[in-house]
Amino acid sequence: MATDTSTSTESTGFDLPPIVGKVLSNRRIGLGLAILLPIALVAILGETVAPYDPTATHVADRYAGPGGQFLLGTDHLGRDLLSRVILGGRTSLLLGFGATALALLVGVPIGLTAGYAKGRVDELLMRIMDIIMSVPTLLLGLLILVVLPSNILNVVMAIGVVYAPRIARVTRSATLSVSEEEYVMAAKARGESSPYILFREILPNVTGPIVVEGSVRVGYAIMIGTSLSFLGLGAGPPNPDWGFMISTARDHIYQTPWFLIWPSVALLLTVMATNLIGDGLRDVLDPREVGDHS
Amino acid sequence: MSMETSTRRSDQETLLSVDSLDVKFEVADGNIHALRDVSLAVEKGETVGLAGESGSGKSTLALAIVQYLDANGWVDDGSITFEGEDLLSASKRELRSIRGNRIAHVAQNPSSSLNPSMTIGAQIRETIDLHQDIESDEEGTRRVHDVLEQVNLPNPAGIADRYPHELSGGQQQRALLAIGLSCNPDLLILDEPTTGLDVTTQAKFLDLVEDLKAEYDAGILLITHNLGVISEIADRVNILYAGEMLEKGPVEEVFTSPANPYTQALLATTPEIAKDKEVKPIPGRIPELDAIPNGCIFADRCEFATEECRTDDIEMASVDGERDHESRCLHWRDVVDNPIDVPAKQASDRTPGEPILSINHLQKYYDEGGFIKNLIGDHDPVKAVNDVSFDIHEGEAVGLVGESGCGKSTLGRTLLKLHTVTSGSIEYDGTDIDSLSKQELNEFRSSCQIIFQDPEASLNPNRTVRQILERPLKLFTDRAADERRTRAEELLNQVNLGSDVVDKKPHELSGGQQQRVAIARAFAADPSLIVLDEPVSSLDVSVQASILNLLEDLCEEYGTSYLLISHDLSVIEAICDRVAVMYLGEIIETGSTDQIFDPPYHPYTRALLSSIPTLDPYEEKSRIRLDGDVPDARNPPSGCSFNTRCPQKIGEVCETDDPDLEDGGGGHCIGCHLSEEEMSESLDATFDQG
Amino acid sequence: MNYLYLVKRTAIALLSIFIVVSVVFGVTTLLPGSAANIVLGTEATDAAIEQVNEDLGLDRPLPVQYVDFVGGVVTGDFGNSLISGQPVMEMVWPRLLRTLQLAAVAMLISVVAAIPLGIVAAAKRDTMVDHLVTSGSYVGLSIPSFVSATLLLLFLTTPPLDLFPKGGFVPLSDGVVPWLHHLLLPAIAMNTIILAYVLRQTRSSMVETLESDYIRTARLKGVAERNVLFKHGLRNGLLPTVTVLALNFGWMMGSVVIIEQIFAFPGIGELIVQAIDNRDLPVIQAGILVPTIAFIMANFAADIVYTLLDPRISLGDE
Repeated sequence: MATDTSTSTESTGFDLPPIVGKVLSNRRIGLGLAILLPIALVAILGETVAPYDPTATHVADRYAGPGGQFLLGTDHLGRDLLSRVILGGRTSLLLGFGATALALLVGVPIGLTAGYAKGRVDELLMRIMDIIMSVPTLLLGLLILVVLPSNILNVVMAIGVVYAPRIARVTRSATLSVSEEEYVMAAKARGESSPYILFREILPNVTGPIVVEGSVRVGYAIMIGTSLSFLGLGAGPPNPDWGFMISTARDHIYQTPWFLIWPSVALLLTVMATNLIGDGLRDVLDPREVGDHS
Repeated sequence: MSMETSTRRSDQETLLSVDSLDVKFEVADGNIHALRDVSLAVEKGETVGLAGESGSGKSTLALAIVQYLDANGWVDDGSITFEGEDLLSASKRELRSIRGNRIAHVAQNPSSSLNPSMTIGAQIRETIDLHQDIESDEEGTRRVHDVLEQVNLPNPAGIADRYPHELSGGQQQRALLAIGLSCNPDLLILDEPTTGLDVTTQAKFLDLVEDLKAEYDAGILLITHNLGVISEIADRVNILYAGEMLEKGPVEEVFTSPANPYTQALLATTPEIAKDKEVKPIPGRIPELDAIPNGCIFADRCEFATEECRTDDIEMASVDGERDHESRCLHWRDVVDNPIDVPAKQASDRTPGEPILSINHLQKYYDEGGFIKNLIGDHDPVKAVNDVSFDIHEGEAVGLVGESGCGKSTLGRTLLKLHTVTSGSIEYDGTDIDSLSKQELNEFRSSCQIIFQDPEASLNPNRTVRQILERPLKLFTDRAADERRTRAEELLNQVNLGSDVVDKKPHELSGGQQQRVAIARAFAADPSLIVLDEPVSSLDVSVQASILNLLEDLCEEYGTSYLLISHDLSVIEAICDRVAVMYLGEIIETGSTDQIFDPPYHPYTRALLSSIPTLDPYEEKSRIRLDGDVPDARNPPSGCSFNTRCPQKIGEVCETDDPDLEDGGGGHCIGCHLSEEEMSESLDATFDQG
Repeated sequence: MNYLYLVKRTAIALLSIFIVVSVVFGVTTLLPGSAANIVLGTEATDAAIEQVNEDLGLDRPLPVQYVDFVGGVVTGDFGNSLISGQPVMEMVWPRLLRTLQLAAVAMLISVVAAIPLGIVAAAKRDTMVDHLVTSGSYVGLSIPSFVSATLLLLFLTTPPLDLFPKGGFVPLSDGVVPWLHHLLLPAIAMNTIILAYVLRQTRSSMVETLESDYIRTARLKGVAERNVLFKHGLRNGLLPTVTVLALNFGWMMGSVVIIEQIFAFPGIGELIVQAIDNRDLPVIQAGILVPTIAFIMANFAADIVYTLLDPRISLGDE
């Protein structure tokens, strides 16, 4: 009787899962993190690194250019732009990650249930998701914020609701294909309970696509969030916020373009970084390309 | 295999000659030397087989010939000459005028190799328009229809207007072949043309290739892992292993007196029907090509290997200069004189006991239609299993054989309560499995296990081997943690895996190792029945043999019953005591293994048996070919479900009455209107339904 | 089975519209005091709220209001504006037509610019061209439309590059050139993300197609590379793009709210923003429902086109 000789490259001690090495060595992810991490760090530190109180007005120094006392200049009320961009970043990142977290929290269980239960439950849940998705995203956000008072919590909730169906959809299609796998069949043949199959057999094997979709959504959520605050439905003044800053800056463009430029650049870099990370993760975790069309 | 003896090769005209070809690929960590010093020749009018296991480089060779290597691959050395032209230095324009015109490459996977958005006719017509001067549109259309007719597709005009997805697998393969034949190529390269086809469809395809060979004067290069296919239709054979040609020569010589240990081992490892031989596994596995060992590439797995084999470069040695039989082996004389021995098959001494599972008039229907479909009406469910009754007893191995789509997997899964039953009953120890108490259900789950076809898919990629093996122990036994640990290692030992794999994850193991883990998992809780769903069909033939032997040993050791589901009768024969043949959701013949392989036969069983290619190039056998495709399981034929394709159909009775399974003696039951004598009659080889 | 699919798909589209209508009704009328809140803001007195409820007919029983509302939607009657007293549909309709013109031009730009670029990037995969196009698409994908709109407005409508009008709309009847002149800038601004997205989708599905077995079959038949791309690659590779374009129509219907605001474009988006500012409830309802219904119809159309293009889908089941 023959034995398949195993290559005995035995590892001793603690190994990082190979996926971690792959993720870290991906160039897009590296570049994305190189942009995002400093922005996130500064935004988290917030007041501790901001040179001025972002709401403090310096009337004598309105429309100051970059350099000098105010590193990036000041706005129409003489507030320090650097401090406002830093604190505005906190709002935007909070929006992006908070809304995505909420979307995951709602979308993943729905997707798992639909994909595992199949049949009528699936049909019902996914039709509801489709209908939510049939309202253009920004309009749905608007609709929710027209009814609810605009504060950061409601904005997070609005965007979370907007993106939950997309997460659910991705989760469902991954769950559908994984639940056809023979190891799931083997678990059923062992008589495992449904929660065990769902959470121990299926969930660990669908995290790839979910992480990818989630990372892509962060960028979109930031965009929608800043768009809403651009329309005046965001976290609301006087808290600094990139969207609202850009909206205000439009009225003062001839006095100081920097007022417009800095938050725009910050926003662009942040969204680009999350897109890069999302793409990189897709390469590593979910080699199938986009393909979410039906 | 064509029976006329080949003339001396030098008299013939060389069509293609590949000389000392080296192909390399650049990969992340260095180069892979995929083909080394490979030479091969195809003469006009001959069929040359190229055989090798996966990873041997046979498809790479085919693509190198048509100059279509992947972007990271290149021909490092050697030459490829086609009708006197050097293909390696051909310009892009010259290559385009050769491809499809003088050299036709017919790829494997017909379903993905045909353009889904073009009709079959348009795809054939495109090739003709590219390479031939067509006078008129009518002439083009006529030629499309002609070539579709040549590949035996019914109603060529109708097929030409269809899209690929509207054809069956066998028809798609023919359509792809039609594209290849459309410009009367001088060389036809068939890359695994029958892989993925059912054995009856394969047989018809091979007949077709034989007929075409007689009709055209083309050379055919036939690439396959299936030695039987080569023995059936090739004149010469080349045996490729890990990127090196180990033996080449006329099929009769190579198959009857192989002069290379690998060829011998490969033949010994292939199961054959009614040959009374044990399958003999090849130890070890194919080497990685990023580090080529010195000397013979096969030395590590070879019974004949000596010290010399591992040091020097080994050249091809001439075994029979007259007929170009060569072997890359230092010891080829010894190999010819003292071939490796293949033990004769040992009859199992298992005796069946009480029934474990009793299946009574089981039906399993699928896709019974949603609300809207039933509202609109005319919706038929898929009748995957249709009125099946049989028992599985203690300590017996039952084989369930049938072609794809016959419902055998569905039946196997329904038995384990993985699907719901539509009607009928399945009794476990006398209790219907739908009315088991919670505790009884747990016992049922623990004593009935399943092993799947694709071992990689059947193991959760996120678990270690230890977790995989300990899970059933935790569920079904009250062993403590350390006892489970010991038992897991004991199980690995029993399936011949070292305990070094215990902390690995499935993707770190080879296919054979994965299947061993899956087997160990099934045996973990001392099951009384295991359903094996195509357990070896995704494995290479040398690995397949070792798994079959392992299953056989474990069956004896544990006294477990098997339900072995397979499309391959030779696999069934290797292990099973009793066989059931399934067609279109019904069991049409059942009996002991010996009974099934001897007359009287059900006409379908007989066709199946005669469709299996054999390794013996001299063997004459009746050729029974079935018309058309398997009917739609939503709407099976009335009467006997086989009546639409039966070569021995009597008449109206077959269309109106569904025959019962009748015991013709000794437990051999056949469901057919023919008398026992009629079923036993030898059928003439001319009974060819094409 | 094609007709069955058609029936099912139509039923789903109608059901979606019905449910969206119901939800918009629900959200804007059922939430405690919400309609009045919309009209009066969150800090209104009880008396004022009651007055508004009476004006809007919100003191009637709910089923009556609901039937009234749904009936209104079906007949295209959303009531009268609370501000101007004009019938809402009269305000919405001309603006919707203008917005659709804007969307059409935007869609056209993404089709003529993004698809060819995506094809080129796929055909020249891993070359300089591909890298350039792909990197460019990253930037495009990361610019929110209000930023690109503001920047375009800043640089292309003021000296020294005074190439476009600052905003507004000129009907097509005044000539194609002035019409396009006014539409181009907002269309481009609205399009940066979509352009990048369609480009990436086209590239990736073309790359996948060009690696498929049937492309190998075509090349090994001796088909020239140009025909491999155009005859065999394009039709299969562009199928997913059809759906993506329809999905992007939804994105556009959302971003018009911002773009029209910035370019002072008298479309439906501007109307929504005004209505929100004025808390003009019937206009808000119509402003959200009408583009949504348009989007549902666009998706419906895309699915039908898809089935016509792809012979594999005879679609008994989805």
